[in-house]
Amino acid sequence: MASVSQTLRPPLVAGDKRPAEVTRDICAALDRRPGAGWWAMFLPAFALLLLGVTAVTYEIATGIGTWGLNRTVGWAFDITNFVFWIGIGHAGTLISAILFLLRQRWRTSVNRSAEAMTIFAVLCAGMFPVIHLGRPWFAYWMLPYPNARGSLWINFRSPLVWDFFAILTYFTISLVFWYVGLIPDLATIRDRTKPGLRRRVLEILSLGWDGSYRTWQRYETVYKLLAGLATPLVISVHTIVSWDFATAVIPGWHTTIFPPYFVAGAIFSGMAMVLTLMTVARKAMGLEDYITVAHIDKMAKVTLATSLMVGLSYLTEFFTAFYSGNQYEEFVFLNRALGPFAWGYWIMLACNVGIPQLFWFRKVRWNPFLVFIVSVFVNIGMWFERFVIIVTSLHRDFLPSSWAGYAPTSIELATLAGSFGLFFTCFLLFCRFVPVIAISEVKGVLSVGRSRQPAGRRPLRSGGATEEASVLG
Amino acid sequence: MSRRTLVTVFDHEDDILGATRAIREAGFRIADVYAPYAVHGLDKAMGLQPSKLPWVCFVLGLVGAALKVWFEFWTTAQDWPINVGGKPWNSLPAFVPVTFEVMVLFAGVSTVFAFFLVSRLWPGKRAVLADPHVTDDRFILIIDQSDAAFDPVKVERLLEPYHVVRVEEREESGEGGAG
Repeated sequence: MASVSQTLRPPLVAGDKRPAEVTRDICAALDRRPGAGWWAMFLPAFALLLLGVTAVTYEIATGIGTWGLNRTVGWAFDITNFVFWIGIGHAGTLISAILFLLRQRWRTSVNRSAEAMTIFAVLCAGMFPVIHLGRPWFAYWMLPYPNARGSLWINFRSPLVWDFFAILTYFTISLVFWYVGLIPDLATIRDRTKPGLRRRVLEILSLGWDGSYRTWQRYETVYKLLAGLATPLVISVHTIVSWDFATAVIPGWHTTIFPPYFVAGAIFSGMAMVLTLMTVARKAMGLEDYITVAHIDKMAKVTLATSLMVGLSYLTEFFTAFYSGNQYEEFVFLNRALGPFAWGYWIMLACNVGIPQLFWFRKVRWNPFLVFIVSVFVNIGMWFERFVIIVTSLHRDFLPSSWAGYAPTSIELATLAGSFGLFFTCFLLFCRFVPVIAISEVKGVLSVGRSRQPAGRRPLRSGGATEEASVLG
Repeated sequence: MSRRTLVTVFDHEDDILGATRAIREAGFRIADVYAPYAVHGLDKAMGLQPSKLPWVCFVLGLVGAALKVWFEFWTTAQDWPINVGGKPWNSLPAFVPVTFEVMVLFAGVSTVFAFFLVSRLWPGKRAVLADPHVTDDRFILIIDQSDAAFDPVKVERLLEPYHVVRVEEREESGEGGAG
């Protein structure tokens, strides 16, 4: 059988782990008290969150005039942040659902944290349209409920209503998907926790999971169904976000390329955010055996591929603008590259198309520090992409007499910082209280369990399963 | 109703797979199998029928979509029609995105609730563990002894190649394993 073993792929988890070691390693971060490193990240994140809360409170109390918006530029920072955060979330669903359906088993090491990232990113995203309403206490008017105004129903022909339903569904399904995947792991932690409050909470959350295989079989079915539902869902969400723009008649927005362009950009930015978080978390939490350099390499490749798609979209947009012969369309694109916001355009191009080309080199992909640096640039670039799309298309419209500039106020900057504070506060709490790696899924991909031989014919083992593991390693 | 069961413990997924298959093929009744993770092929070894949950997903998804299309049509074209940019009252293509989202929402959430229902999982339920390590690294095969065909000698012989870690007899109040 040696020849069969040699043709197998290298193990997904390093260090020849046994299932009990996996439980111990991943739960280690939950057992110990948080160290100085955790506090050093948590306190600044929490401070940013408080800054954001202050800014939003001031904005709600005073009005939307605290932002730099004007009659011409009616959407700017707020909607940029909304699209940025919602895009970040998409990589989580790509990893948890699409890669699951494609049987990419390396996803098991990163799916839990990527899904958590999705939930927190959608949380950040959802905040922006609500505060953008100006009177957020009327946000429930988006719901089609019987009301005393007629009943006057919401307009189901409007992409903004589609968006409301898309984000709500996306958040709910992401949360449910995440929780279902978490139940077996919560039971694992429950069974190693001493009686007390923490155990009681875990008992409630783990729903009495006992590892029965009849339940496992249904669990697998449900997981597959949810993955199958989440896959078209994630594509629909950013498609609908792009329709918020594409159904308008504004040059620079009114294009059919927007849905695929936005979905590719979303996965690109989200993958970069996963890389930013994972390269730090694996080091800080001592999980290098689980999130290996090979995992980072694969995610860097996805980032590179989506970077090329985004680059192609930029080119196509430009080409189409000129080929259309429409002078407004042509002007918008020239204005993007050479107008007052050209700096934003060139930052976007450099960070999204230029810098990620470094991922062609194996030396870069296999160096977590360099991957971290590149991924931060991609995050910056993708934020600017949304800024460029929104502000440069609006600020010089059809009538030169209504042209205007735009500069964010300190309140807007504080709100953006606050959304990062919310995101990182949630993520750090997640690292502290929830197993960051799907324990039960990782156990399923360990090389220890797969001797690839009928059990009856296997020679008797002396020291557990280490022999097979070493053959595969 | 109490029944006698034979609890056998393994610490390797190949062993539980082989043992389960051997016991089932010899005609003994398996009360249940417990595992810390989803072992590929164990459902076939146990002879479990595929779950019917996809039907819940399909039907409830269809119900959600149908209800939503009807609701959008009723609000937009019947209850209070409003002229939006001269679009037709019944703007069916524009109803598609929300219908799709509501379909996914219905299908996903109802599948999960159906899963909790048929698996009898609820918040605060006390887990009765077959072995304290079953959610960590142990695999457990429980064989029903109340079956007339049960033969301890034969079972022992069948399980011999599979590195049984521990065997014990248990008297259960017929709660777990049914269905």
